[in-house]
Amino acid sequence: MADASKYRDFFPPKNPDGTNIIDLESHKFVKIWQGPQHPGITGNMSLELIIQGDEVMECKTHVGYLHRGFEKLMERRKFIQCFPLVCRIAVPEPDFNEYCFAATVEELAGIQIPEAAVWMRTLILEMSRLTSFLMHLGGQSGAFGLGVVAQWTNYVRDLMLDRFEEISGGRIYRMHMPPGGVRGLTPDGFDARMEETLRTIEDVMKDVDTTLFNNAVFKRRSVGLGYIDPAWVDLYGITGPNARAAGVPKDVRKDYPYLKYPELDFDVITATDSDIYTRTDLRRREILLSIDLIRQILVKMPKTGEYMAKMPNVLHWQIPKGETYIRSECTRGEYGFYTVTDGSGYPRRVNVRGPSYTHAVALMERMAIDCNIADTAGLMLSLHTYPPEIER
Amino acid sequence: MRLKDVLSPFLAWKNLFREPVPIKDPVNRQAAPRYRGFHVNDMDVCIGCGTCESICQNAAIDMVPVEGIETTREDSGLRPRIDYGRCCWCALCVDICTTGSLTMSNEYQWIDTDPEVFRFIPGADGKPWDKRELGYRKPDNYELYNTERTPMPELAPEDRDKSFIEIVRGYSKEQAIREADRCVECGICIATCPAHMGIPQYIAAVRKNDMEEALRVLYETNPLPEVCGRVCTHKCETVCSMQYKGDPLSIRWLKRYIADQVPLEKYKEILAADGFEQKDKKVAVIGAGPGGLSAAYYLANLGYRVNVYEALPEPGGMTRYGIPEYRLPYDPLDKDIEYIRSLGVKMHFNTRVGKDITLEKLHADHDAVFAATGLHLGRSTRVDGTDHPRVFQAIDLLRKVTEGKEIEVAEKIVVIGGGNVAMDIARTLARLQNRKYGKVGITLTSLETEDIMPADREEIVESREEAIRIEPGWGPQSIEIVNDKIRGLKVLRCLSVFDENGRFSPRFDKDETNFFEADMVVEAIGQGMDITYIGEAFGKELALTEQRKIKVDAFCQSSLPWLFVGGDITGGTDAITAIADGHRAAKGIDKYLNRET
Ligand SMILES: Cc1cc2nc3c(=O)[nH]c(=O)nc-3n(C[C@H](O)[C@H](O)[C@H](O)COP(=O)(O)OP(=O)(O)OC[C@H]3O[C@@H](n4cnc5c(N)ncnc54)[C@H](O)[C@@H]3O)c2cc1C
Ligand code: SF4
Ligand code: SF4
Repeated sequence: MADASKYRDFFPPKNPDGTNIIDLESHKFVKIWQGPQHPGITGNMSLELIIQGDEVMECKTHVGYLHRGFEKLMERRKFIQCFPLVCRIAVPEPDFNEYCFAATVEELAGIQIPEAAVWMRTLILEMSRLTSFLMHLGGQSGAFGLGVVAQWTNYVRDLMLDRFEEISGGRIYRMHMPPGGVRGLTPDGFDARMEETLRTIEDVMKDVDTTLFNNAVFKRRSVGLGYIDPAWVDLYGITGPNARAAGVPKDVRKDYPYLKYPELDFDVITATDSDIYTRTDLRRREILLSIDLIRQILVKMPKTGEYMAKMPNVLHWQIPKGETYIRSECTRGEYGFYTVTDGSGYPRRVNVRGPSYTHAVALMERMAIDCNIADTAGLMLSLHTYPPEIER
Repeated sequence: MRLKDVLSPFLAWKNLFREPVPIKDPVNRQAAPRYRGFHVNDMDVCIGCGTCESICQNAAIDMVPVEGIETTREDSGLRPRIDYGRCCWCALCVDICTTGSLTMSNEYQWIDTDPEVFRFIPGADGKPWDKRELGYRKPDNYELYNTERTPMPELAPEDRDKSFIEIVRGYSKEQAIREADRCVECGICIATCPAHMGIPQYIAAVRKNDMEEALRVLYETNPLPEVCGRVCTHKCETVCSMQYKGDPLSIRWLKRYIADQVPLEKYKEILAADGFEQKDKKVAVIGAGPGGLSAAYYLANLGYRVNVYEALPEPGGMTRYGIPEYRLPYDPLDKDIEYIRSLGVKMHFNTRVGKDITLEKLHADHDAVFAATGLHLGRSTRVDGTDHPRVFQAIDLLRKVTEGKEIEVAEKIVVIGGGNVAMDIARTLARLQNRKYGKVGITLTSLETEDIMPADREEIVESREEAIRIEPGWGPQSIEIVNDKIRGLKVLRCLSVFDENGRFSPRFDKDETNFFEADMVVEAIGQGMDITYIGEAFGKELALTEQRKIKVDAFCQSSLPWLFVGGDITGGTDAITAIADGHRAAKGIDKYLNRET
């Protein structure tokens, strides 16, 4: 860990837990707000920073700028009507919501979805992961002033959106996984076009390698910064790349296998240095893994056959009383829906467990301490958070 | 820090020598074939069922009237208007659209400075993308409701062809709920049902397994649910929006299911029939058929004292004396009637008005009269030979079977007629032949070709299953009689039944003839009415229609203000029409008797 204390005097004194003891009345501190209207913030969130010089002494996170009350809205929607709603909870990767919600309803209603639909869902989730990581990589480099990478990755992300458009008719909100199955299999000639897109992404990733990962500026700013102590993983409930970069091999795809992941050949990617550079590099490897997984899926998945279970009339659909927790591995870690049903046509309670809550609130508040205000944006990006899923 | 790390980022400059790749032409961009763009609605296919409106969680759809689209039996006349300020392009409306009229185009963009134009009626408000061939369609083999009807358990032909046991066995609870689940509650059926029954409401009650609520809904408009649940002509099902992607709902069988579930003893409590205010006015009802019974029920509910006069020994009219037992057994019929009688309705049987009691007397003793005396005179083809003693009228034979009387059953019989009455007598005789001879020898012949035969399809199918030979498209020419014995029926090829104006005017091909062997002939070509009981004095004052039927208003009131008339004699053709007339007449009589003069 880059020990900030080496470079400055020992003011202010620290609490045993590492937080600073601050007396605002001493006039030695300044309180500033970063966000919510700020490019250095992921989405509509704000940081209330107490700084001394250009160093952050204390950080409080504020959410609520994007509250749309999804969980409550769902209690007032028929099960089928929740389907177009849930995707909005995490905009860059809506499909994990769709999957969790559909799997919840299917489990509680006792519906078995056709084999081809299971493959299709696996494909969409992996495509979604790849697409979301591409966007994030651009954001991460942009946060350190390297805008060019963002342009490249957003270009290839756009190609991925074309592929989504082919499958589902939607670019951002795919809405392809209603409870019961999927709305269709891959169209004719899809595999070839997908392969071409994957190759383009691989080429771009080579450029990203030279421009970002072998870049003196990026290295200077990200190596050693934003260290996540492996001991914090359980303490804060850290999951996904944030945990894996700290050497903790947490991956729902392996730990609680779902869909077709048990039939795919892959290892959980981990790293040890646990700083921003390591996490970014781990996500780069995740991109390459997703590309590999997509190729594996396309080889193995059936291209014809049933893709929707026989459904009762969804307008009067009542789901038996019950409760369940369905999880999946999104780009940022464990994504889960805890749902309670009461036998009526509406969910009684849905709780969306997105990784952003722990990462963007508790962890960010801890990690911002002692970092430079110029680095807060890069730090926050490195935790890869999406405020809408904090404020379900 | 390596020197490479300082230099390698400059490799990005190589892009200076490349074509700019990422820019796609946003104006001419072709969206994917499945693209979920602005909606397209085929105005001629859409029936305005509003199911799209029901599923839209954004409340983006309003059903609105559209100029040039008429409200018809199977079309509400409304069309979905979509507010694109609310729509999220989820396409659930497309997926559930009952007719498949609603799709989406793959138009990628549309820009306008006027926000109002983003709320429009797809299909009616012409848009440039209406003609596009590509765009999101409901995927194949993907349905958001069950398109297939829950099959009704029925007796197999070999188990029914000798007996009068009811063929249709009725739904179990699971089957009924599964069938009721298919309803999308569009309510198109309500307008078509002559009695305007609350169909979606009672189906919803079946879904909730709330039989008491279901029964209450039935009795709001129909006091003969056991009867109608079995033999109704179910016009509602012909407009059901479920028929476009699959089978229409079994509305009739669900009605039967409800009525079968509730025991008669509980009716009064469920229908809260005790304690309605008694009035001291009296109403006479002539005829205890569905029309008369329905009027009696609603009049009793309004507190009137009701006397029903019936010529035959038992109530039910044609539903008892016409419809065979294998379609409508007597127990359920009696159950419906028993309940009506339990409300204090007095029934006088074997009392023919005009013979045993005069209409004048009824008029003098009552404040109003409702007549629903039905069509009980058989019609003859009047071809040569019909005066032979072994030529019978279908309804006479059917009545005798109900009365338990022995009827003539020859070994070879020709039935003339293509409607349900012909089927009923043919199938009744087939059962009796089976018992007597161990085989069936019936030929049923009609003017109409099979595609336009008025009988129900299932009647035709089941008749064939019961070994009845059906010969459509022939016109009777004469009955051949040798030594006073019938030998059979000579027929001519019938070319068409109706003229260009849709009037009955059959044309024949004299050169194409046929002969159906038989030693007995039954005519089932329609019935006429006997309203001689009206008498001369009243008859003079009674206005008639062009078809020489008694002229009535919307409340079945005739030109004699105290005389209300309905059912088959005013042009009804089935039980439910008679029931609806009875209900209307009861309202009309109540209005008439409470008039402020
Ligand atoms: C064989 C057959 C099968 C049918 N099948 C079906 C079917 O499956 N579904 C369907 O919906 N409809 C069917 N119908 C038609 C249906 O039965 C009639 O439309 C319906 O019964 C008409 O009811 P109503 O009250 O007008 O007359 P009716 O049912 O004919 O009742 C009239 C009553 O008035 C009595 N009456 C007549 N004159 C006098 C008088 N002067 N004094 C006292 N009483 C008198 C009669 O005895 C009779 O009981 C069928 C008809 C027949 C003949
Ligand atoms: S696409 Fe979805 S949001 Fe739009 S009108 Fe149809 S159901 Fe409503
Ligand atoms: S669901 Fe289809 S048929 Fe019904 S109103 Fe909507 S567009 Fe028309």
